Amino acid sequence: MRLAFESNGNRRIVLRAENLWKSYDEGTVAVLKGMDCEVSAGQTVALCGPSGCGKSTLLHLFGGLDMPDRGRISVNGVEVNRHSNLLRLLRHEVGFVFQLHNLIPDLTLAENCLIPTVAAGIDGRTAKARLVELAERTGLSHRLGHRIQKLSGGERQRTALCRALMNRPKILLADEPTGSLDEQASNVVFDLLLDLVATEGATLLMATHDRSLAGRCDRLVEMHDGKIHEHAHA
Amino acid sequence: MIFLKLILTNLRRHRIRSSISVAGITFSVAAMLTVVTILQGAVGMFSSILSNDSEIIVFERDVSDLFFSNVPADATAQISAWPIVAHANPVLFGIVSSAGHPIITCFGVMPTDARIQKASWLEGDRGSFAQRADDVVLGARAAQFLSAALGSQVQIGHGTFHVIGVLKTANGFEDGGVYMPLASAQSFFHKQGTSSVITVKLRNKDDAAAFKNMVRAKYPNLIALEDAEFARSYSQFRILKATAWAVGGCGLLLGGLGVANTMIMSVFTRIREIAILRVNGFSQIQIGGVIFGESAVVSVSGAVTGLLVGTCFLYALKLIPALDGYVDPTIHPLLMLVVLVLALLTGIAGALYPAVYAMRIRAVEALRFE
Repeated sequence: MRLAFESNGNRRIVLRAENLWKSYDEGTVAVLKGMDCEVSAGQTVALCGPSGCGKSTLLHLFGGLDMPDRGRISVNGVEVNRHSNLLRLLRHEVGFVFQLHNLIPDLTLAENCLIPTVAAGIDGRTAKARLVELAERTGLSHRLGHRIQKLSGGERQRTALCRALMNRPKILLADEPTGSLDEQASNVVFDLLLDLVATEGATLLMATHDRSLAGRCDRLVEMHDGKIHEHAHA
Repeated sequence: MIFLKLILTNLRRHRIRSSISVAGITFSVAAMLTVVTILQGAVGMFSSILSNDSEIIVFERDVSDLFFSNVPADATAQISAWPIVAHANPVLFGIVSSAGHPIITCFGVMPTDARIQKASWLEGDRGSFAQRADDVVLGARAAQFLSAALGSQVQIGHGTFHVIGVLKTANGFEDGGVYMPLASAQSFFHKQGTSSVITVKLRNKDDAAAFKNMVRAKYPNLIALEDAEFARSYSQFRILKATAWAVGGCGLLLGGLGVANTMIMSVFTRIREIAILRVNGFSQIQIGGVIFGESAVVSVSGAVTGLLVGTCFLYALKLIPALDGYVDPTIHPLLMLVVLVLALLTGIAGALYPAVYAMRIRAVEALRFE
């Protein structure tokens, strides 16, 4: 069965999965079962579904962090497989935001944000200018020199958001980005996420259990039993 | 800067563990430096005994130890007469014991020997050497541990000798030795008509090759070696040097295991961080760089501290009166470099498995790691 995302008008497809299969524990736990999907440039897409339905797996596959058992994935028209330039994908094309902020506690906010630029070999001046810009937009300018332990949960997630966007990726993969925050912080972070995605001209694919947040995306996609069962415009 | 901070962050996080690793390398390096320096110093001192005012040493071919070498007196006489030879001095080495002192080195020498002629005489008159068969001259340290002075009678082995002088040399072995007239030593050690070695000074150093050829042709059972050549090839020296490096190597190996342990723990405790770095675009080489960098910081810190500790220890040893003259705390720059490089290599070797492990961490699995 093939259920594809509708492409949005004439927009270019930036994420595409075809007949995607993925299982764990030597094939005993099947997560994706011949899934197809497409995401157009600039869309914000929410992936909803019960735990274990494969939302995170799909994000990991699009980010090149894992490989499917079968099927094809392409990002920005380039197929992602074991022979792909996965470093280029992670450094320049996609940014990740996780439920747990996944920041390095001994580094400062600024240092955490600069990690992707160090990995990509971006010069210090350019990197710092970008950091200042993102910090201003996320309201973290006054916290740049602070260690992660000193930050609130919301600030940590905003830091993770900054870090994900440091190298100006055009695709943001967010796995329950507000899952560890209270409602108020969650709304603040999500507003910021949508704002940044819009101003950066990026595409957002976000796994979430929060229906109200999912409803604010361009698309809401239900995943169940390893496949996409329905899709709807929010 | 951030890369460096990533290297240092785990060391700071686990200060005690890091300190123990640094201490392991420190003590390994200090042990290696001390043992190698002391033994090289000992080899140097023994070499300087042989090369005292000479540049070539002649001894019996294929002997395992110079104490077992027998050079006939007629060979000494003939070699002395060769036109290219300035002087050739026979020296007989012997080991004796006296009450409370199991090993005393005896030198059977001619009155013209440089040891007698050039040493600083603290007591006695160099002109009186070898006037009587039972006369001996003591090195300053030997006089001290034998509680003897000018005019004393000393019991050495089965003989009683009359002390006619005390001399001071910079060489610990010579300073702890007993000097006898060659004929007396030959008689005392039952080696009549022979010496252990002949130390030869040539009129022209350029004739060394010709001299060695002449010895080979005329005395097939003898061998002539230039001093440096002798120091390199003498089996006892080689054994000593090999022992020193082996002991030091074992120390470094232990230090390396300490580093390996630290690095393995370091990687295991930061699996999630490594995954974060991978997700943010760090390559396997960059991850390896962080781990090797951490290891390099440990080993270089340990090596530098070890050099300081080792040097202090050597100077402390030199201050011990009983070791005066035996320990030369001068550390050759090449030895320092070798020790530093070895420590660094040890660190790298210790970090090899942890680095490979870290480089192979799959971000997707590691991010689930709590």
